[in-house]
Amino acid sequence: MTQALTKERPGGVRAEASPGAGDALVIRPVRRGDLDLVIAIDATVTGLEKRKYWASVYRRYGASDRSGQQFLVALAQGHVVGFVIGEVRDWEFGSPPCGWVFAIDVHPQARLGGIGTRLLEAISAGFRRAGVRKVRTMLARDNALILSFFRSQGMMAGPLISLEMDLGAEPGHAARGGRPR
Amino acid sequence: MRLQKNTSLALYSVLEFASDPARHISAAEIAAKYGVSSHHLAKVLAELTRTGVVKSVRGAGGGYRFTGNARRLTLMDIIQMFEEFARPAAERGARNGLTPVDRALDAVLSEIDENTNATFGSITLATMLRLIERQQGGQVAAKVRHDREPSVAKAPASRSAIRKPSSRRKSR
Repeated sequence: MTQALTKERPGGVRAEASPGAGDALVIRPVRRGDLDLVIAIDATVTGLEKRKYWASVYRRYGASDRSGQQFLVALAQGHVVGFVIGEVRDWEFGSPPCGWVFAIDVHPQARLGGIGTRLLEAISAGFRRAGVRKVRTMLARDNALILSFFRSQGMMAGPLISLEMDLGAEPGHAARGGRPR
Repeated sequence: MRLQKNTSLALYSVLEFASDPARHISAAEIAAKYGVSSHHLAKVLAELTRTGVVKSVRGAGGGYRFTGNARRLTLMDIIQMFEEFARPAAERGARNGLTPVDRALDAVLSEIDENTNATFGSITLATMLRLIERQQGGQVAAKVRHDREPSVAKAPASRSAIRKPSSRRKSR
């Protein structure tokens, strides 16, 4: 599960919102013209500009008319200052249909204004309209800031545990002098 | 898992203070509420005062009040003032003479510790207070249902913002 996320400061996202900042905020589905600013926000936060990746995300979530898929942007005074992406997945990992938040990000200069909270509320409302009553996300456990943000929104550990292992070399790979088949 | 008594007491005290930062609460009030000696609690409050989480106010109407930042302080911040919670991963591998069984067990315990650290480290006092509010909302709803069933014995209502500690924690 991708979590291309944010370094919104915990707690302050909502509680330290500047007066009126949330009122001027518009949240709507992404448009192709927003993509450059979305890419710029992501590049500012992650240090990597991933144009191809974002083009494919836009095709899948932004240009999709499938119910339950959402790619929303937050605009303050007409400028994109944040985004959230997610979709409803049915029986993913054996669990009943629920909304998954894959990515949420706010421009560093626009943080502490409640934008992350508004984005999460907006995508959650979309999930409700799509008929689900549960929202999930997944992120690195050492990402304390983002973990704190989701916690501050009321999220708790769910029933799924993520597991992984190193695959190592293909069996027989070393015996053939390390050449791939 | 089980937290040491001082740690639990510190968490309950801090949440009590943070739930009403303007109020001065005496050590005796908290000691009575949680059934501990004032002497025992004094050590905990002294540490919380030393680290700037609470401030001691002397004189009539004095006591302690919360001076930390509830949106920044996490449960882990409080816990680490009173106990070494989990060994850093780097320390685990540094021990000599570990058997394969030791290493395998360490890997499992490390997984548990890291998840626990992530949980305690990501829950701020502000988040915790909201969680408590939700729990109390649930209790109120349960009480309303309960009051409609007069045949069921009623538990006394608590006037406290934070409930007394329960014995639900289990050691691992």
